[in-house]
Amino acid sequence: MNKSNTIAIDMSKHLISIHDFSKEEILNVLSMASRFEENKNSAIFSDKVVASLFFEPSTRTRLSFETAANRLGARVIGFSDVGNTSVTKGETLKDTIKMVSNYADLIVIRHPLEGSARYASEVSSVPVINAGDGANQHPTQTLLDLYSILKTQGKLENLKINLVGDLKYGRTVHSLLQAMSHFSPKFRFTAPKELRMPEEYKEQLRVKGIEFEESENLEDGIEDMDIVYMTRVQRERFTDAIEYERVKNVYSLRRYMIENARPNMKILHPLPRINEIHQDVDCSDHAYYFDQAGNGVYTRMAIVTLLLGIKEF
Amino acid sequence: MEKHLKVSAIKDGTVLDHIPANQLFKVIDILGLSKIPNQITFGTNLDSKLLGKKAIVKITDKYFEDSDINRIALIAPQAKINIIHNFEVVEKRILSTPSKIEGIAKCMNPACITNHQDVITSFITIATSPELKLLCRYCEKVTDEKNLKIISNQ
Repeated sequence: MNKSNTIAIDMSKHLISIHDFSKEEILNVLSMASRFEENKNSAIFSDKVVASLFFEPSTRTRLSFETAANRLGARVIGFSDVGNTSVTKGETLKDTIKMVSNYADLIVIRHPLEGSARYASEVSSVPVINAGDGANQHPTQTLLDLYSILKTQGKLENLKINLVGDLKYGRTVHSLLQAMSHFSPKFRFTAPKELRMPEEYKEQLRVKGIEFEESENLEDGIEDMDIVYMTRVQRERFTDAIEYERVKNVYSLRRYMIENARPNMKILHPLPRINEIHQDVDCSDHAYYFDQAGNGVYTRMAIVTLLLGIKEF
Repeated sequence: MEKHLKVSAIKDGTVLDHIPANQLFKVIDILGLSKIPNQITFGTNLDSKLLGKKAIVKITDKYFEDSDINRIALIAPQAKINIIHNFEVVEKRILSTPSKIEGIAKCMNPACITNHQDVITSFITIATSPELKLLCRYCEKVTDEKNLKIISNQ
């Protein structure tokens, strides 16, 4: 990992999509995150207010953003339930954002509509971070996933990664696939036929010359992997309840399945998990999902710091 | 035999020819022709070797910027634009699909913010052939030609 004390970064004013990041910018965020991990309390923003606007439920993303802001010394305002806001009276997103950008120095937004964060960034006078816009983008999750991979593998280049579960609707796997494409990976896609990786993403990989294989079998795809990235089948993304019932419990990773895994293999999951990782895996050295969630704080500290205009830490 | 024009000639202005007949009113809509004071004549369901049935629009004393007229390339890519001075065609323009399209097309993603709040749609043209494909600036989903819907200016 880069341990230099100076970071040169040219980030746009907002963080909306992982496509907004070049390889160098990704590496710079990860490098700054590692220094925040070494210096967990760095109260460099005691004069700043961060607004946390969650129009949709969240546990980890909201708490880790608020923890990141607090560890940076900033104060946090916001809501986690639109039921207590003027949105219930019909206030538009534009009006909410325009008003809040007069109160706060930075806005973190999660919203169920796709494209809402991009729109918020256009009407806001302060930087906006997308903390998830429906099934579209969740770039800070992708960056913390990359940070977790780098931290556990010591590198991002030439890794073998198995993406498992809902590869059709899961935004985290789509963004991770695109971000990892900078680093010459080999992918395995494990999904039932109803939830296979969409053709547009496979075409992107073919264009870049990145190898991938597809399977419906989880047990066969573990032994030679560096990363097994599990995902939940998300009920809220299905319009067809019958299709959801058919696939919701399709995979469950058990302890016996990982006995012959490589020593460096780590299991990641964006959480919350339901049945896709059995609890008997939790105490294995391969289980990394709770540490992964912890890494979200350092990654988000780095992103908040960069968007508030500090280029060096 | 004397050639007879189905739609009378104009002295000065712009003629939009080879518009697919079923797209005429969308063209009128996109160019905002129902709101301008100029004289406009049009014919539709005219026989056309190229299109089967075509429409033609003649607008007196009106000239369009390329950026405005290219907006109709989305629905009438084969349209011919003739600039008329003193009953003569003095310039022929070829349409080209704009690389950025704002406020004309509707995003096909029902969960896109543009279909729920008063947000002007914005797309990048990522392909024009064999099929038009537009990438939504907001939800990052692709709207293809068969799902393309034009937003009314009315």
